[in-house]
Amino acid sequence: MAEKIRITTPLTEEASRKLKAGDSVLISGVIYSARDAAHKVMTEALARGEKLPIDWHNQIVYYLGPTPAKPGNPIGSCGPTTAGRMDAYTPTMLEQGIKGMIGKGSREPEVIESMKKNGATYFAAVGGAAAFISKSVKKYEVIAYPELGPEALAALTVEDFPAIVVIDSEGNNFYEIGQKPYRRL
Amino acid sequence: MRTIQVEQITEAVAQMCKEAAYYLPEDVYQALKKGRETEESPVGRDVLDQIIKNAEIAKAEDRPICQDTGMTIVFLEVGQDLHIEGGSLNDAINAGVAKGYTEGYLRKSVVAEPLFDRKNTQNNTPAIIYTQMVPGDKLKIEIEPKGFGSENKSDIKMLVPADGVEGVKKAVMDIILHASCNPCPPMVVGVGIGGTMDKAAYYSKRALLRPLTVRNEHPKYAQLEKDLLDMINKTGIGPQLGGTTSALAVNIEWGPTHIAGLPVAVTICCHATRHSKRVL
Repeated sequence: MAEKIRITTPLTEEASRKLKAGDSVLISGVIYSARDAAHKVMTEALARGEKLPIDWHNQIVYYLGPTPAKPGNPIGSCGPTTAGRMDAYTPTMLEQGIKGMIGKGSREPEVIESMKKNGATYFAAVGGAAAFISKSVKKYEVIAYPELGPEALAALTVEDFPAIVVIDSEGNNFYEIGQKPYRRL
Repeated sequence: MRTIQVEQITEAVAQMCKEAAYYLPEDVYQALKKGRETEESPVGRDVLDQIIKNAEIAKAEDRPICQDTGMTIVFLEVGQDLHIEGGSLNDAINAGVAKGYTEGYLRKSVVAEPLFDRKNTQNNTPAIIYTQMVPGDKLKIEIEPKGFGSENKSDIKMLVPADGVEGVKKAVMDIILHASCNPCPPMVVGVGIGGTMDKAAYYSKRALLRPLTVRNEHPKYAQLEKDLLDMINKTGIGPQLGGTTSALAVNIEWGPTHIAGLPVAVTICCHATRHSKRVL
């Protein structure tokens, strides 16, 4: 493995555009979790012309629905959920200034086009490595929509959160690049 | 006639939900280690290292292996000479699921109605319960918490008899290639062949309960399991970001079907192929 790149939030467009598909990164700072229901609520609020609970400019969104924290822990297990389910909402959210997304799995072409336009990066965390990933989370705080339970919008303070750049701001896709050498069908 | 109290069932189910969430079955853990030894992609090896480490942390600290602690699928074998006292069997199972998911700090992921309101039931019930009556006076309970990252990539194809073995292989591979990196590979693939549309899906779910080291008793199905595993491992999907360890096993279950049909169902499970079993 090549050396891991350390990045801290907020993630500027300039920093995002430097990242290339296949880069391994360690993320530190504050990232925000939101998944299906939170995305639906936020895009509906935008459609009504309302303000969102946080300013998404230069922020990283983590597609996550954690398990409840056991006493003494900031968070429960917290691996990435399937990013593709957010695709319908993503271009709208990227227009709000999001520069990084963490999830797992493939994205639709419309999302990749919007990423290129907005200079955003899509990171994959290892799907299912939720207990391991929880070690890098120092704080978890619900910011809005507590009624959504595990789908609430929350702020996570992370240290050396492990991820890989799968789709960079030029649209290079490591899911495709990474599979090709091993396809022998 | 033997009698057991519903409270016993509830308690057993609660414990099993927690065990299944925290402890990866040994055969799955060993299969991951074996995959790590043979994985050709350096990124793939890094991913497998994280997955293996994750299972170790989860076990040591009683933490859920995955944040998606699943919808609870319960397979029951009820002895016909067993008397269950104190309430309804299904209520007892659901009470166990609610207890286990609450006590165990597991994520509650079930909504009461699927389309319009999607309101979380807040206790992960109801479970999907399959009940079979069998001879004897025992109650066998098997629990399969099913995450939906992989479940969403599962599928069914209604083939015709002329499609034959090649048709089955093509159907399975079409589903796998469509799933690609999404279901958290390396996958465990449950295949159900025969029955009706729903029964084939049931077989494919049951197939995930079988240890990964045990092949189908029927030599031709055992060969098909090996052939499909080999094909899946040549797709390049690998452990999420490309490589040679795309699946850990293919388990097939089959059953009688109609002269006109050849249903094939595929339940894809992620590397966290969780289950637990108890006989009361």
